[in-house]
Amino acid sequence: MEREAMEFDVVIVGGGPSGLACAIRLRQLAAEQGRELSVCVLEKGSEVGAHILSGAVLEPRALNELMPDWKEKGAPLNTPVTDDRFLFLTETRAVRLPTPPTMHNHGNYIVSLGNVCRWLAQQAEAAGVDIYPGFAASEVLYHEDGSVKGVATGDMGRAKDGSEGPNFAPGMELHAKQTVFAEGCRGSLTKTLFERFRLRDGVEPQVYGLGIKELWEVQPDRHHLGRVTHTVGWPMDTATYGGSFCYHLEDNLVVIGFVVGLNYTNPYLSPFEEMQRFKTHPAIRDTFEGARRVSYGARAISAGGFQSIPKMTFPGGLLIGDTAGLLNVPKIKGSHTAMKSGMTAAEAIFELLRAEDEPGKEAVDYPHRLKNTWLWDELYRVRNIKPSFHWGLWPAMAYSALDSYVFRGKAPWTLHHHPDHESLKPAAQCKEIVYPKPDGVLTFDRLSSVFLSNTNHEEDQPCHLTLKDDTVPTRLNLAVYAGPEQRYCPAGVYEFVTEAGEQKLRINAQNCVHCKTCDIKDPSQNINWVTPEGGGGPNYPNM
Amino acid sequence: MKILVAVKRAIDYNVKARPKSDGSGVDLANVKMSMNPFDEIAVEEAIRLQEAGKAGEIVAVSVGPAACQETLRTAMAMGADRGILVQTDDEVQPLAVAKLLKALVDKEQPGLVILGKQAIDDDSNQTGQMLAGLLGWGQGTFAAKVEIGDGTASVKREVDGGIQTLTVKLPLVVTADLRLNEPRYVKLPNIMKAKKKPLDTVTPADLGVDITPRIKLVKVSEPPARAGGVKVADVNELVAKLRNEAKVI
Ligand SMILES: Cc1cc2nc3c(=O)[nH]c(=O)nc-3n(C[C@H](O)[C@H](O)[C@H](O)COP(=O)(O)OP(=O)(O)OC[C@H]3O[C@@H](n4cnc5c(N)ncnc54)[C@H](O)[C@@H]3O)c2cc1C
Ligand code: SF4
Repeated sequence: MEREAMEFDVVIVGGGPSGLACAIRLRQLAAEQGRELSVCVLEKGSEVGAHILSGAVLEPRALNELMPDWKEKGAPLNTPVTDDRFLFLTETRAVRLPTPPTMHNHGNYIVSLGNVCRWLAQQAEAAGVDIYPGFAASEVLYHEDGSVKGVATGDMGRAKDGSEGPNFAPGMELHAKQTVFAEGCRGSLTKTLFERFRLRDGVEPQVYGLGIKELWEVQPDRHHLGRVTHTVGWPMDTATYGGSFCYHLEDNLVVIGFVVGLNYTNPYLSPFEEMQRFKTHPAIRDTFEGARRVSYGARAISAGGFQSIPKMTFPGGLLIGDTAGLLNVPKIKGSHTAMKSGMTAAEAIFELLRAEDEPGKEAVDYPHRLKNTWLWDELYRVRNIKPSFHWGLWPAMAYSALDSYVFRGKAPWTLHHHPDHESLKPAAQCKEIVYPKPDGVLTFDRLSSVFLSNTNHEEDQPCHLTLKDDTVPTRLNLAVYAGPEQRYCPAGVYEFVTEAGEQKLRINAQNCVHCKTCDIKDPSQNINWVTPEGGGGPNYPNM
Repeated sequence: MKILVAVKRAIDYNVKARPKSDGSGVDLANVKMSMNPFDEIAVEEAIRLQEAGKAGEIVAVSVGPAACQETLRTAMAMGADRGILVQTDDEVQPLAVAKLLKALVDKEQPGLVILGKQAIDDDSNQTGQMLAGLLGWGQGTFAAKVEIGDGTASVKREVDGGIQTLTVKLPLVVTADLRLNEPRYVKLPNIMKAKKKPLDTVTPADLGVDITPRIKLVKVSEPPARAGGVKVADVNELVAKLRNEAKVI
């Protein structure tokens, strides 16, 4: 099929903190050195920020470097952290633990990362970046020599059966000298690059957590501006990696979220319901007395850390941010590292194009530059904390203390990971978990939650949750694992229904919030998440 | 014939509107905003008329804060030729918008004005009618089909009993209903081109229009929670409940 093409110096896929920081830094360098450099950012969300879901406590380190005058420019960093708590929960009690050194938040800000990205997008546009929200990059394009030529945006207006609807508009090709993949955790194009360029050879598998988050407007007397609380323990058993975050933002808003390690083993576990149950803890529920839930969403997070970082460059392009797993895992912080990697990549690309202004080259200098920044040192030091959770919560806490206080992250060994999709045990070997019914006040069901994510997809389009083999959901997933997709999907997309006496998987793709969990956790990796029509997906405000 | 199209920046149709806790309005902070869907249909109709050789220049107009520039750029990416922003941060009610549009019609002299039948934020459904009244023009509201003839237009409207066809003299005000057309997808290169199309900004004062609100908004609140349904045993019980509890018969 003939598609129109547009040419840029640099095309960036994804308008998150990494992609936007990269775009801004490129234009800054171009302005400083008086060079023409066209930079374009594609974002699958209906606007920048619409698909961003984070905690978030932001370390301003990278932002300080990128734009020291962010305050004057009105960056939405309004709430400094004033109070830092770390709790261990049992079913009925909360024990305050000393805040681990990796969790100290002095000098950090509680933000909506989505709003920070909205602001970064304004800065980028002012610096001359072309940003196209509502356009998903659905395909990587290659030159004949195998180097990356750019990306193509998805077709618009295809019907469910793949035929061209009345308003059909074919996708566009965007060609670039360098294509930057900034898709965030489990990027769908990045996944294809891993295979094509064997970028994961010799590194540990990436592992993930699923973060589920709600935004609440609480009563003023329950609000403590600047308070940060993290918990471990209940409702997770000690063998499952998981914990909560709770941040008090401006305007009486409180963020509450729960992260479950996707290496959990019991297929009956439901991260969504764990989150709902968690809120009922006596130490937690008080905050939400008389409060109103205003938003809901979920997103996977890379948790492999240092040992899972893939090769990040290939001819014609590179990876930045969370799609490369550049995240500080014990801190669950990745926005500062995402930005820093984007800025470092920008510098490497700028130098590369200055020396050789042609497509298809490899910015080999980028990883070297990155290794000389604080980012690398930071990720290296904390590399053993998450994998130690394989041993269970208490040994891991003990190990983490030893690792952080005694070795200061420089222990002469590195712990290993196992891929998350292999961790489920057959249902027959596991105990079913009975979750309490939602009360509609503090705890909710999936559908009323997804409603608050403002998610929508044009209904008449090919399903973006593709199955490699249609028989696997019932033959394997239901028969052996009791249909785990009904439980891990935080948006209720997967449903087993009985039709004409036969059990079948129904996929309510319209509800998908693009968290990518199914792409990660499906036991036989049978689900392949691809980009739907641009603009589809959640419309998160303030997340 | 020049066409003027009015486009409003409104809360996106996917977003669940939420009243502010003090009841003073809908919370719009960092909420996705886009072109009112009925206005998109209006723009599409103008473009189709132009493509069919029935119209010349298409001028898109928006009233509101600076952010409405985005809405105008979208209209221009779809195919409008230029944009005019009547910029104000104050509240503008339908009558004020109609007066502002009239002032622009006086200046631009279009042969046709197309608006959405209503905006999905306040659902007023007044601006088009008021504009036609102020101009003393004919109006074809809730249009499901528009055909431009020689000096007149035929407008098909979806009314309760079926389809009503009006023949109206030009110049004319048309308001677009849902089934008038299905707006096209905006193409990437057109978004780029739209950035270079002319966009003028004026103020209500420039146009000599007083936009002081005439209607006072008392309170915005959530609709009452829906009580769960009950099963009735028979018709008698149903009638009794409808009469005594629901008090609807
Ligand atoms: C629950 C949770 C809590 C967190 N808490 C914190 C915290 O407190 N502090 C902190 O610093 N970090 C936190 N993080 C991590 C942080 O959010 C991420 O590290 C950071 O967002 C990564 O930035 P990124 O730019 O790499 O990717 P993202 O922020 O994920 O952005 C990627 C963007 O690319 C777009 N995109 C993806 N694929 C395509 C495509 N094919 N075409 C077009 N667009 C595409 C997406 O829509 C998205 O907008 C948290 C994460 C989660 C999930
Ligand atoms: S379908 Fe997959 S990506 Fe979408 S919400 Fe469910 S688990 Fe997440």
